[in-house]
Amino acid sequence: MSEPLLRVQDLRVHFDTEDGVVKAADGLSYELQRGQVLGIVGESGSGKSVSSLTIMGLSRAENARISGSVVFDGRDMLSLAAEQMRAVRGNEIAMIFQDPLSSLHPFYRVGDQLVEAIHAHHDVPRGAALDRALELLEMVGIPEPKRRVRAYPHEFSGGMRQRVMIAMALANEPKLLIADEPTTALDVTVQAQILDLIRRLKDELGMAVIIITHDLGIVAEMADEIAVMYAGRIVERGPTERIFAAPEHPYTWGLLGSIPRLDAPAGSELVPIPGRPPSLIDLPGGCSFHPRCPYVQPRHREQQPLLEPVPGGRGHAVACLLEHETRARLWRSLQRGAVPEQARASVLAEDAPDG
Amino acid sequence: MVRYIIGRLLWMVVLLGLVSAVTFVIFYALPSADPAVLRAGRQGTPELIAQIRETLGLDKPIYVQYYLYMKAIVLDFDFGYSFQNSADVREEIVSRLPATISLTLGAVVVWLAVGLPIGMISAIKRRTALDRVTMGGALLAISAPVYWLGLVALYLFSRDIGAFPIFAGANSYRPLTENPAAWFDSLLLSWLVLAAAFAAFYARLLRSNLIDVMSEDYIRTARAKGLRERRVILRHGVRSAITPVVTVLGLDIGLLLGGAILTETVFNIPGIGRLAFDAIQRADLPVIQGTVLFAAFFIIVANIVVDIAYAFLDPRVRYS
Repeated sequence: MSEPLLRVQDLRVHFDTEDGVVKAADGLSYELQRGQVLGIVGESGSGKSVSSLTIMGLSRAENARISGSVVFDGRDMLSLAAEQMRAVRGNEIAMIFQDPLSSLHPFYRVGDQLVEAIHAHHDVPRGAALDRALELLEMVGIPEPKRRVRAYPHEFSGGMRQRVMIAMALANEPKLLIADEPTTALDVTVQAQILDLIRRLKDELGMAVIIITHDLGIVAEMADEIAVMYAGRIVERGPTERIFAAPEHPYTWGLLGSIPRLDAPAGSELVPIPGRPPSLIDLPGGCSFHPRCPYVQPRHREQQPLLEPVPGGRGHAVACLLEHETRARLWRSLQRGAVPEQARASVLAEDAPDG
Repeated sequence: MVRYIIGRLLWMVVLLGLVSAVTFVIFYALPSADPAVLRAGRQGTPELIAQIRETLGLDKPIYVQYYLYMKAIVLDFDFGYSFQNSADVREEIVSRLPATISLTLGAVVVWLAVGLPIGMISAIKRRTALDRVTMGGALLAISAPVYWLGLVALYLFSRDIGAFPIFAGANSYRPLTENPAAWFDSLLLSWLVLAAAFAAFYARLLRSNLIDVMSEDYIRTARAKGLRERRVILRHGVRSAITPVVTVLGLDIGLLLGGAILTETVFNIPGIGRLAFDAIQRADLPVIQGTVLFAAFFIIVANIVVDIAYAFLDPRVRYS
């Protein structure tokens, strides 16, 4: 494959706090090709947002320690000077956020905020920038753009505000759009419209997209690749079809088991993942997921799994200490409608304990 | 909006009526010298005192006095005459207004020019040595009582009694219309003294507002757009953080226009505050009433102006 648009290698973002070191990202590696969509999935507190803010150079805290490398379009983003970084932000990489109301400045007209985004990177007359703002509002499907361009953010509905955010992000036709929980704050019906819009604009503009979400359902239709994050690490990564057809990590099974699926066997229930995500200050030893994993073996509490390719998996990789064969049988058992306890009993009882 | 303003103005009339009634009651309820005795002076015979009491209307019951006082204001806009020197209270207040306005507005300019940049810089350079030094200094300035600070400043810097004669001292006020340079020179030290605590307060207010605002989501958006940090701070951060400052500023101006009693007294500036101070010492009810009503008027008007200004500053605010 050609040089990827974005290559993140061993990215670590640690925050020194009074309570200890918060390991928000702890050795992330992934790549994103031009025009492709990567879905980063994880619960809140898994470090998924922090890592993308770091790519933008927007990790706000002064106490952040960042290491590893982020190469975007041939440039190492972590070593760029502030001014070069600024020239990339909003121009080549743009970002939209979870809550569009708090993300727009309440005191400025929507048109002025769009014009400002254009002027940040292009020295064009105000009239031309305003025309472009109208064009952008029209492109993201805001009715009566000529009138709405003069409105304030509080005069828009939630979905329309997110459209404004998207218009602003696309003002300079970025090569990469990072969408951080873009639909979490919106009504379900509006969610689908916003996702459709992002997909359509991605195709029109040929940009790459990173979509960050806690909801696998959102990335199912959009993403070419999915990375599942848990406690600051990627625990499974691969092409979207593979993640849905043959997921390898018990955490991914848990995420899939807690969303409704039309192809699930009749009568099967949604199974929530027990417990809560661990504190990023005090990670459990061994596999970080072991306290919540139904298939945990004694040695999983000591040994930390590495992200390793799945046999025959074409880019599919997983960080799990169970044998590939065991995982396959567990997943088949779950697919037949077994709850995790049954799968564990039927599969793991036959084997001698893994460790 | 117009209906809203009219409603607020009607309320102002009600409030001023209440204020005047309360002042009347307090004047008679609290122990003070008998105005008639004070007026009669050292050689006052009982007959003279009785005569004065009758002329001033002090022999009538309080409610009759209050009724007559309010009637004169409503019908003739007449605020009565001083018990002690028979001066027309309205004219007296109007003639002292320029000094109070000069003192207030000069101090406002000083404290905004000093306080706002300091507040902004210490918010941006939070937790640095610069921040700690300026905020420590601000705490001192807020804690120093203005009468103490005024006396210290006079003993240090005034040309008549100061150790380092730089500024004009007390009792040197010249009207602007008479000689602008002398006006400026005469007020400079009092501006600095009056502005000190305000500048400190405004610096701290802007600093804490700006620190809050800079962690808002829309600041992250502004950075994500690729704006320069300077623009992020000024156009997006300060624009939001300054709004509450404008509110407080309006109220402070209203308060000071009613008379900066301590500063005007220490520097002997012939303003409304000085007038009120003297009137209280001489149990001069019409002058006390006049200055109190006047101060209340400015404070209420300032409140209304601030609320209206808010609608312009924050597009989310609408009055209907």
